[in-house]
Amino acid sequence: MLIDMSQFHQVFFEETAEHLATMENLLLTLDIHAPDAEQLNAIFRAAHSIKGSAGTFGFTDLSEVTHVLESLLDRIRKGELRLSEEMIDTFLDAGDVLKTLLDAHQRGADSDPSAVKAICARLERLATAPTAAGAAPPAPALPGQAVTSAEPSALHENATTSPASAGYELSFALEGDVTFISMTFDNLVAELSGLGEVEVLARPAAAGETARLRVKGPAEEKTIRELLEFVAKNDSILIEPLAAASPPQKEEAYGFFEPLPAPAATPAAEEEAYGFFTPLPQPATEAYGFFVEPSPPAAPAAPPMAKAEEAKPAPPVKPAAETSIRVGVDKVDQLINLVGELVITQAMLQQSAAHCDPVQFERLFNGLAQLERNTRDLQEAVLSIRMLPMSVVFARFPRVVRELSHKLGKQVELITQGEETELDKGLVERLTDPLTHLVRNSLDHGIETPEERIARGKPPTGTVTLSAYHQSGNIVIEVSDDGAGLDRAKILAKAKERGLPVHEAMSDQEVWQLIFEPGFSTAAQVTEVSGRGVGMDVVKKNIGALGGRVDIHSEPGVGTRMTVRLPLTLAILDGMSVAVGRETYILPLGYVIESLVPERHMIKSVSGVARLLQLREEYLPVIVLAEVFRLPHATTTWESGIMIVLEADGKKAALFVDALIGQHQVVIKSLESNYRRVAGISAATIMGDGRVALILDIPWLVGAACRSLPAAA
Amino acid sequence: MVQDSLRKPPTSPAPGPAKEYLTFTLGPEEYAIDILKVQEIRGYEPPTTIAHAPEFIKGVINLRGVIVPIVDLRIKFGVGQAEYTPFTVVIILSLSSRLVGIVVDGVSDVTTLAPEQIHPAPEFAATVDTRYIEGLGTADGRMLIIVDIEKLMLSAEMALVEAPADAL
Repeated sequence: MLIDMSQFHQVFFEETAEHLATMENLLLTLDIHAPDAEQLNAIFRAAHSIKGSAGTFGFTDLSEVTHVLESLLDRIRKGELRLSEEMIDTFLDAGDVLKTLLDAHQRGADSDPSAVKAICARLERLATAPTAAGAAPPAPALPGQAVTSAEPSALHENATTSPASAGYELSFALEGDVTFISMTFDNLVAELSGLGEVEVLARPAAAGETARLRVKGPAEEKTIRELLEFVAKNDSILIEPLAAASPPQKEEAYGFFEPLPAPAATPAAEEEAYGFFTPLPQPATEAYGFFVEPSPPAAPAAPPMAKAEEAKPAPPVKPAAETSIRVGVDKVDQLINLVGELVITQAMLQQSAAHCDPVQFERLFNGLAQLERNTRDLQEAVLSIRMLPMSVVFARFPRVVRELSHKLGKQVELITQGEETELDKGLVERLTDPLTHLVRNSLDHGIETPEERIARGKPPTGTVTLSAYHQSGNIVIEVSDDGAGLDRAKILAKAKERGLPVHEAMSDQEVWQLIFEPGFSTAAQVTEVSGRGVGMDVVKKNIGALGGRVDIHSEPGVGTRMTVRLPLTLAILDGMSVAVGRETYILPLGYVIESLVPERHMIKSVSGVARLLQLREEYLPVIVLAEVFRLPHATTTWESGIMIVLEADGKKAALFVDALIGQHQVVIKSLESNYRRVAGISAATIMGDGRVALILDIPWLVGAACRSLPAAA
Repeated sequence: MVQDSLRKPPTSPAPGPAKEYLTFTLGPEEYAIDILKVQEIRGYEPPTTIAHAPEFIKGVINLRGVIVPIVDLRIKFGVGQAEYTPFTVVIILSLSSRLVGIVVDGVSDVTTLAPEQIHPAPEFAATVDTRYIEGLGTADGRMLIIVDIEKLMLSAEMALVEAPADAL
């Protein structure tokens, strides 16, 4: 039967990508001087899983690299090799090579065999590097001790000095007729095979000639000797135990049949034993992924080992496969669209029912209320499918920072906060690049070299902080550093040089925004990292395309903080509908602080024209929507309208409208797909009655109000 | 600002197969547009007005979940009365990448015109830039003004697009 493997390829690609990501993460968090055994195991498991599935699907280049990687990792986790910075780098590079290979396979392209060879060669060089000397731990005394107690007669020199005997090398001369020699020898080999793996080193052709055999396995010397005495000349028998640490055994780290003391090596246990019965430094935790079904015979075998070593509980088995399913994003998006339509229909029903008599149609109203609740819950649930924690984005930065700081010769510590903050998957994907630019920028331009930092009285290690949090319907991501801060004079000079309209009186905020101009870079030297001036303008463009903004806050000598603000989701918005004249507008609820009916004495004028609303201790600029949009038929007296206090970009303003209509969840529809951008309008939506309502661009309105009223600031 | 390269060659219309045109009236005048650009015809419903938009952009409507701008060609061309009666018609145009609705007084017919039936428009001063007029046709003794509706709608003067194609 022929199974089309290609249908499983996508799953393989996704899983492997995940394993690679896990591996990279673990490698980056690994403490070189005292690597955590559990982490090493996890890395090993990831490499092992990749190797296994790559082999299954016939991606030999992938399995080749992972095999070498795995062998090296295996030796490290056993303590035979000491971890070095170089190794981590090589492992990370190997991960990159694997990613490239994976990409190539995914696209159906040919991979580059030279990269595979190169990385394999590097890994193998590490495996043979002299750092291994002395790093090998003293062979665990456990098996030897066990032998002693279990078999007092075996207490001879070999057993104690070379306790981790993995087998025996036998040499002997067979007795008997020449015709029977061969048969006798075969019988002996068959007998010995019952004790362990038999390897014939020299086959005797005639009686008296020395035969040599190697027996690997948990056999006892005594048993072997008894067997041999039966066929061989007693004085010719020589049994030499093999050293456990001899190279061949090391390669075969699965060690099925290491010569373990008889009591532990019950036949049943042997089957399940895998890594258990090799003389490993961390016995129980070394259990690969094979631990899935801990068999009863294996369990009792563990305690004595755990006692000899530090007692470590076996890693908990994670039934990962049961807790998630893979679904195509297009299916989720379709679901979101459908729910969006459902929300519109629900609103439409509610509006139609509004004319009915609530007493007469009580059941209808109850049903509608329940429908609204259910729709809302459904919508939230569906939207949450697309939500991913910020840690998905942050995960790549330890690597970026590590490599960049090495390259730049700077010492940088990365702190991440708020990784659990959730945001839309669509945003996650498009956020990674802009954030990388910002982090690179911080490292390159922000953080100073250790010498400079010491000279300025700062600790030599700079800090870059990535943090994410929710704030009134937005997600805010901050990239801050404790570096030199932006150089106002330098930026202004550069801007002048580039012919940008700048002057000395510009506010800091305006000056900082200049760095987002295309081709703008103040780096004295064009480095590999940054300085070509490509990037910051792209950052602004990308963030802008997501409906977000980038704000900069910088203090010379103290540091720079870049704040990225994004809407939580791109699809749906909590809005408040307001009426002005005959029009209805939607206000994103996130900007609304409060609303009130103004009284005449609260309205103050400035130079006759501009108006301010006195609200408690504050004076807020008033935006009269009817004037901004030149709408007829709007209320002209303050008392008959409503003031909505808004806050955007840290600035407050009061929006004057005719009336509040209600609160809705609205599905955002682009105005630009068939029309163009309109100042003051961010998007459109469809109301319950099927009409289009425009969504107000509050930051623009508030910004415009504050610009026209500089005295109010 | 007339760019010669954009002007339709005024003479010798390319010989080719006859094309179908949708004809509609604006006041007393009759216009024709390529029928392949027409998606559907529907009645007029008051659109949602957009602030600061030119007078001829009436606003946007909800066309089965899509936001579509509505242009009143009578106002744009300065012909007829911009009145909205139950008989006022909106032609939804499907242009290269977007949907636009145009308000007209009425749709009259679908006419087949062979290239030789289309005469180049003479140079005259009109509210409509002659570069958007493909030519003049005749059907049953009536004069049809054939409009390159795609070029017109995507032009800068219609203010429907961000970066109009002919501004480049």
